[in-house]
Amino acid sequence: MSDYILEMNQISKEFTGVKALSNVNFKVERGEIHFLVGENGAGKSTLMKVLSGVYPYGAYSGDIVFNGEVQQFNKISDSVDVGIAIIYQELALFPDLSVYENIFAGNEIQNKGKIDWNKAIVDAKVMLNKVGLKVNPETLIKDLGVGKQQLIEIAKALSKEVKLLILDEPTAALNEDDSENLLQLLLELKKQGITSIMISHKLKEVIAIADKATVIRDGETICTLNSSKGEITEANIIRNMVGREIEDIYPKRPKKQLGENVLELTNWTAYDPKLGRNVAANVNMHVKQGEIVGIAGLMGSGRTELALSIFGNAKNYKIQGDLMLEGQLTKFKHTSDAIKAGIAYVTEDRKGDGLFLLQDIKSNISIGNLKELSATGVVDENKEIVIAQGYRESLGIKTPTLLQLVGNLSGGNQQKVSLGKWLFVGPKLLILDEPTRGIDVGAKFEIYSVMNELINKGMSIIMISSELGEVLGMSDRVYVMAEGEIKGELSSEEANQEKIMQLATQ
Amino acid sequence: MNYINELKGLLKTNIRDYGMYIALIVIMITFQFLTNGLFMSSRNISNLLDSAGYIAVLAVGVMLVIVIRHIDLSIGFLAGFLGAIAAILLMQYGLPVYIVIPIILVLGICAGGITGFLVAKVGIPAFVATLAGWLIYRGAILLATEKTGTIIVDNDAFNAIGNGYIPSIAEVGGLHLLSLIIGALGIIFYIYSAISNRKNKIKYEFEVVSKPIFVLQLLFVSAIMAYITWLLAGYNGFSWTVIIILLVVFVYHFITTKTVVGRHIYAVGSNPEAAHLTGINVSKITFLVFGSMGMLSALSGILFTARLQSATTTAGTLFELDAIAAAFVGGVSAAGGVGKVTGAVIGAIVMATLTNGMNLMGVGIAPQYMIRGGVLALAVIFDVMTRKQKA
Repeated sequence: MSDYILEMNQISKEFTGVKALSNVNFKVERGEIHFLVGENGAGKSTLMKVLSGVYPYGAYSGDIVFNGEVQQFNKISDSVDVGIAIIYQELALFPDLSVYENIFAGNEIQNKGKIDWNKAIVDAKVMLNKVGLKVNPETLIKDLGVGKQQLIEIAKALSKEVKLLILDEPTAALNEDDSENLLQLLLELKKQGITSIMISHKLKEVIAIADKATVIRDGETICTLNSSKGEITEANIIRNMVGREIEDIYPKRPKKQLGENVLELTNWTAYDPKLGRNVAANVNMHVKQGEIVGIAGLMGSGRTELALSIFGNAKNYKIQGDLMLEGQLTKFKHTSDAIKAGIAYVTEDRKGDGLFLLQDIKSNISIGNLKELSATGVVDENKEIVIAQGYRESLGIKTPTLLQLVGNLSGGNQQKVSLGKWLFVGPKLLILDEPTRGIDVGAKFEIYSVMNELINKGMSIIMISSELGEVLGMSDRVYVMAEGEIKGELSSEEANQEKIMQLATQ
Repeated sequence: MNYINELKGLLKTNIRDYGMYIALIVIMITFQFLTNGLFMSSRNISNLLDSAGYIAVLAVGVMLVIVIRHIDLSIGFLAGFLGAIAAILLMQYGLPVYIVIPIILVLGICAGGITGFLVAKVGIPAFVATLAGWLIYRGAILLATEKTGTIIVDNDAFNAIGNGYIPSIAEVGGLHLLSLIIGALGIIFYIYSAISNRKNKIKYEFEVVSKPIFVLQLLFVSAIMAYITWLLAGYNGFSWTVIIILLVVFVYHFITTKTVVGRHIYAVGSNPEAAHLTGINVSKITFLVFGSMGMLSALSGILFTARLQSATTTAGTLFELDAIAAAFVGGVSAAGGVGKVTGAVIGAIVMATLTNGMNLMGVGIAPQYMIRGGVLALAVIFDVMTRKQKA
């Protein structure tokens, strides 16, 4: 009889019509390190949010049994009270407060309503010792590196007498040494009787320290692998992660002769001063005229950052290396330079930084190329309507009127407006970042068809995507990224799900 | 019956746009009753519009600043300071009006450019940058008027900007002819542009209101324009201040609704990140909007100085807050991206109407402030509520 600290039985969760989790069973034994693995969007984070009370009792169906008792968490603090602590990838620390203030934030040591700062400092030292961190507790968080900040988060959890520690991709932002330290710490904590659940995309970590690993795919638990039975191997995990049948929803396009290089990057490195690390490192890649190049990789692998560094260095990275556009060495100072040179970037987050939600469809389509509509600085609204009407028809934007606010459209139609906006600019190279995220199958097919049409007209496309099926179904060639680097290049003939996953989880 | 339903639907969907016009009419009618007909007299309306002028031009400028998600607190004292400079140039250096006004406007643009530089290039929050400007320009007024105290402006051409009226050419039954002609031209222009706009919409198969409702709309707005023209023509005709406001409204309305620059301003306000990724130069737009703000501050200073026929040591006090309040009453959204030139001007007129009406009724200054505060709060509550309804 196993001693389970946590049993999640038949957990289901729906988001307005979309099943994020269906009948998930997830059991964790006391004192083990248990990994949750799966593709982006498989449902790992949703499951952890159910467990930690982000989604309150009643918002999901199924039972959570923790320490032998059925739990009904209505808010996050309920799960904290029974000893569950979750540490997210985006750290929840206060950068301008000191280490000890952060450790006891929300859990202050009080004496008759007054905070006992002296005791807090003394206790903080004890917690820091436990996580093996030698820093002065009065140091400010912003003066510490990400790796140390991660440890502070763990120290904070320990101060609340945590029994079950959940880490959501803790090593995604860490370098090799810090990652190694963290893994050692988890083994150390295991000896002290603390159970951990860890979400990670790096399979070598799973192989190194996992006692068990549960694979989730499309909101369902596929299997739980046991290290003592020798089941945790790279091949085994990847097979279970990707085992989905690829449906034939990708419109065919005839093979054709590719043209010259449109884009060529050599030793391209982008350093983000805000993060203090390279978001893209030593990238060598090229895109030929008439080609769809897929960039696969998991979230946080630097794909979007690479795209933004190409697109006029939109985020002001420090750039090294060369960018050749149609054989010409080119440097961009502003996004407008890149646009003029014929590059367009359709953003991954269309609501956040792609569209103007409070404006109507025609203004959203015309905004990137108003010059074309105005000889003298005055916008020719008749011409604007004709143009917008053209894209409405060719892209199949479903709307009663062009005056509809874009914020009121469905995701698929918003994406088509986004696409229309950039097609009106008339680029040679179109960068699509997650072009079909959150869109229904019908709209996906329409967008793929548009992509094929553009290729036929001689455009080139870089498609960043987390959906393996899409990458395999649409690309002529695939680059796989991880940790800001290109880990491999696959032709459409060699590429398959296993190979991509293997490169992406290095 | 159908038309009444259509009218109701129209009101419902456009309540945000129509709301303040309805509010203004209600307030005016209320005062008309409470003051026994004194309020809507030719003389009072003429006076009211003149007194709203220097706030109205500021409100137009600050509306655009708020649209691009910034704020400008320095505009009141900047207006006061530039008004004092105008007075000094006129009286102490004896420069002619037609040279002084361009100089002041250019100085205003420069001052706005400095703010724009601090906000767009150096990255100082607009609140702080313009608070510094508030202090600096306040000191600058005191410095400029230190030796002389209040500077009396003894220049008829200049003072006419704030007090004078356009010539009447001839009188028709006691009414000013030129004012009547301008009013008539305005109505014709309005009807012409409304009809051509409607034709265009029909051509591209956009939804339009039914013909009777459209005619009703035309008649209603034309009647109001005719009524105001008739009122003003019955006193001294259009004042130069009113002409200047109309000019500012016309130019800014055109820029914001018809030009590329206008589209870019609203794009930056509605989503700066997306605007940047669309290749719009966000700092250039920020520069431009603050530059225009500076120019309108200068214009406001000229209007105020001319109206008082002097530059005082306290000129410009609290103008910025009146202008910001007017912009919000006029429907600008604090979240950015939404706001209209006409709205800002109507907002300024609403606020001036409240002051004017309450003055006529002899309401004390203390309740006046409170009532104006209440109206501001109500306007924003209304704005937030109607936006929620839409979402």
